[in-house]
Amino acid sequence: MDAIKNIPQIKKPSYVSSRNACKLCAPLGASLVFKGIEGCIPMIHGSQGCATYIRRYMISHYKEPMDIASSNFSEESTIYGGNKNFVQGIDNIRKQYSPKVMGIASTCLSETIGEDIPALIAEYKTGKEDDKTMPLFVHASTPSYQGTHMDGFHEAVLGAIKSLSKEGTKQERINLFSGFISPADIRMLKEIMNDFEIEYTLFPDYSESLDNPCWKDYHLIPEGGTPVKDIENTANAKASIEFGTVLNKGSIPGRILDKKGVLSAGEWLQDKYLIENNTVLLPTGIDASDKFFGLLEKYTGKKMPLKYALQRGRLVDSYIDSHKYVFGKKAMIYGEEDLVISLCSFLAEIGITPIIIASGGESGLLKNELVSRSLIDPDTTIVMSGADFESMRDIALEVHPDILIGNSKGYYISRELGVPLVRIGFPIHDRAGGPRQKQLCYEGTQELFDRIVNALLEYKQEHSPIGYKYM
Amino acid sequence: MEKDKIKSLATFKDEVLDIYPKKVGKKRAKAIVFGDPDSIPEIQANVRTVPGIITQRGCTYAGCKGVVLGPTRDIVNITHGPIGCAYYSWLTRRNQTRVDHYDTNFIPYAFSTDMQDSNIVFGGEEKLKEAIREAYELFHPRAIAIFSTCPVGLIGDDVHRVARHMMEELGGDVNIFGFSCEGYRGVSQSAGHHIANNQLFKHLIGKDDTVNGSLKYRINVLGEYNIGGDAFAIETLLEKCGIELVATFSGNSSLDQFQTAHTADLNLVMCHRSINYVAEMLETAFGIPWMKANFIGAEATAKTLRKVGKYFQDQELIDKIEEVIEEEMKLVKAAADQALPKTTGKTAMLFVGGSRAHHYQELFTELGITTLAAGYEFGHRDDYEGRVVIPSIVIDADSRNIEQITVTKDETRYNPRKTEEELKALEAEGLEFNGYEGMMAEMQKGTLVIDDLSHYEMERLIELYHPDVFCAGIKEKFCVQKMGIPLKQLHNYDYGGPYAAFEGAINFYKDIEQIVCCTIWKEIKAPWEKEEVLEANYAYYNV
Repeated sequence: MDAIKNIPQIKKPSYVSSRNACKLCAPLGASLVFKGIEGCIPMIHGSQGCATYIRRYMISHYKEPMDIASSNFSEESTIYGGNKNFVQGIDNIRKQYSPKVMGIASTCLSETIGEDIPALIAEYKTGKEDDKTMPLFVHASTPSYQGTHMDGFHEAVLGAIKSLSKEGTKQERINLFSGFISPADIRMLKEIMNDFEIEYTLFPDYSESLDNPCWKDYHLIPEGGTPVKDIENTANAKASIEFGTVLNKGSIPGRILDKKGVLSAGEWLQDKYLIENNTVLLPTGIDASDKFFGLLEKYTGKKMPLKYALQRGRLVDSYIDSHKYVFGKKAMIYGEEDLVISLCSFLAEIGITPIIIASGGESGLLKNELVSRSLIDPDTTIVMSGADFESMRDIALEVHPDILIGNSKGYYISRELGVPLVRIGFPIHDRAGGPRQKQLCYEGTQELFDRIVNALLEYKQEHSPIGYKYM
Repeated sequence: MEKDKIKSLATFKDEVLDIYPKKVGKKRAKAIVFGDPDSIPEIQANVRTVPGIITQRGCTYAGCKGVVLGPTRDIVNITHGPIGCAYYSWLTRRNQTRVDHYDTNFIPYAFSTDMQDSNIVFGGEEKLKEAIREAYELFHPRAIAIFSTCPVGLIGDDVHRVARHMMEELGGDVNIFGFSCEGYRGVSQSAGHHIANNQLFKHLIGKDDTVNGSLKYRINVLGEYNIGGDAFAIETLLEKCGIELVATFSGNSSLDQFQTAHTADLNLVMCHRSINYVAEMLETAFGIPWMKANFIGAEATAKTLRKVGKYFQDQELIDKIEEVIEEEMKLVKAAADQALPKTTGKTAMLFVGGSRAHHYQELFTELGITTLAAGYEFGHRDDYEGRVVIPSIVIDADSRNIEQITVTKDETRYNPRKTEEELKALEAEGLEFNGYEGMMAEMQKGTLVIDDLSHYEMERLIELYHPDVFCAGIKEKFCVQKMGIPLKQLHNYDYGGPYAAFEGAINFYKDIEQIVCCTIWKEIKAPWEKEEVLEANYAYYNV
């Protein structure tokens, strides 16, 4: 424990450069959200390399077709503006793919030259009012010099809700803004909502579009995605549930002085249509899952189906059974801010102490969120905001965690330390099945818990001089 | 059978072009031609992709930092820009490296200035300087390279000025240089290759006259990026023949290799597209001739080795080469004998890179597989039609904004390795210098050649022609496989390889045999489904 006590005294030089970043760029997050809209083709307004790199990167994790168009800026468009490219790009996509929705994300290039995407969209539609095939447009402002992929993600969620929600008759339905989670977790959430027999809009739903079965016939746009009708109906729900407490609330450097100007999708709907908004942690662990199911019980007036009560019971039982393997272990966890916050809540339940909590996110809210929720002891935990992997490594080499929990990018640190890495989050490109991994609610927590226990067991077994078969 | 398949390609243009807006269709029509080795048609290439076409192409930065400079282990690469570009080019290409006695390998590091709003508004040069100081203090590297991303060009940060400034500040023992490789600059990666070639020549090549290595015959292999260990396989093979590999551009490369490359006596060019500029410059400045080479395919490898033997005109070397070829070919033949019964008569399509779509046709031919369609992602007309067309290539705005450097004879070190007469004599014996015939010279009449294949056209190719194997990259892989056709990645080799030299050919035979024999595809149709989807799968039932 002494080592842990000393942590806050470790003084490390802080670097101006980013050395092995723990964040991706904003248009990637927005593209992901657009893949969660039914019939949508994303288009990145900027240089073609952005679309190519983002496609390539998302594919390394999802291993699925990833059609993202680009307006292919040339030197000429960077000087005279990208209007011509924008119009040509949309026309071209419409002819090839007949999308129902076009999701437009900007880039550092188009934002630097001051492209006004809402104006470009309006201009494009002018004079084509009778065009029955005109797609709907959703846009997100996502220069990569502001925030991370998560800011792009939430910006696009908000952008879609802002432009597609449509007020009508109030309905018995719930909006579920589930954040950046795996397709398998999305499918599980939908099953839960169905079991509660309530109408809902889960957004963004890329559970099919980014985790498709093999095709028996030819598809221009992968199936799946939240139907536009459902997104329209977010304005008519009786409540919203948002996973994640940081969301896009961060004071992104330089961007927003008036923090009230930044709303999450749930807050915006509450503001505009008086829909009660609930912000909860990503439900990993018993406590956070209980809160989520509690909300569902509250809004449906129904008791939790037996199936989930049994899952919860089994989860508690397994915590008890495996407590001896996990208790007292020290972890380094890293990834998106909302992800690491929910992991802290879960790890506290099972007796693992996160000694390094790191995120590339720059909201400035991470530490406060953790402390105010009593999820960590600020005296014994290092919380790193806006962190990169080399800074994490510097600290990890001194305090030597027993286990790493996070995405594939931290593998080299776990290799150097000789401790296991449990892969969660994004990207996972050195193991199969990242998109099929679950970590939410009782069922997903069970899966994650067993993986953590088994990683520790495997480590113990491999490092034992005797080949024990019982551990 | 293959003849019929080739015949059926004739209607492809009618099948796809209609879907595009008229102007786009007209433009795409020029990039889709039919092969005819006797009368090579003109193809539109290295022309900007129309917005809204989902393209395979990447950007200038990707070609410069990702492809050419990425594989060098002892240069610290700093990406000047917002975070995305550095992250996406962080170990994403499979260029392997062998750490040498300096024990430095910076390839696993992704340095970025991670520009923020304020840097865009007030300029990022100071932040870049600080990043260079940090890199220097951390590693004391012998060289630092700076790569510009889109916004850097827009806000006017001058990476070259910063490089000069920092060299002065840090003293003489670190070489710092910048690349103006902003993503919007060129048509594709290809612009980045050119920019990288220029700077390699200006800042590294010829800096050190030390003659490293002990073998008598000294060559460079240019345009070989050591994906999956290809350069290792080539190096091993050359060593066996008694040939010193002075430098590889740029797989498994190091500063020393670049700086002493001018001490070689011959340049072999693998990927003509990405490196022909350096080959030309080495000839002009130092008098080293270059020949097009190909180590992909056993026959091609043998042919390349024989060319080298002939060039050095040394019977001892020629005999050694023949001995190595004979020995290696025994193993190759055994592997081919095993694969051929499974692979003969199959069909392939290749859409990749600036050389691979050509080179890999050799391997498919050795496997008895017919190439139905092929094309490059970022090739130029000369890569398709041969270098003879270079004078007739129209220079457009996108090519004009790439710096053209003038190279002259090095005053003291220019030393023509062969006299004009010697070169003429060698040419008479069948060697070709400074030449490349291009892909189309080797493609069958009636096969499809498509430049910058769009995502839509690719889907149509699959739907209409069901090749037995499709070769492209990761962006295409999962789409093609969804449609029931196996895709072999030729950018990262599906984490396999090496595929170069004789040992690589054997690996490739095995991998392709495995792919065409895979039976999973027939499971796509569940037992309760009717026969209606049979057509798309029948090829696999016949395996």
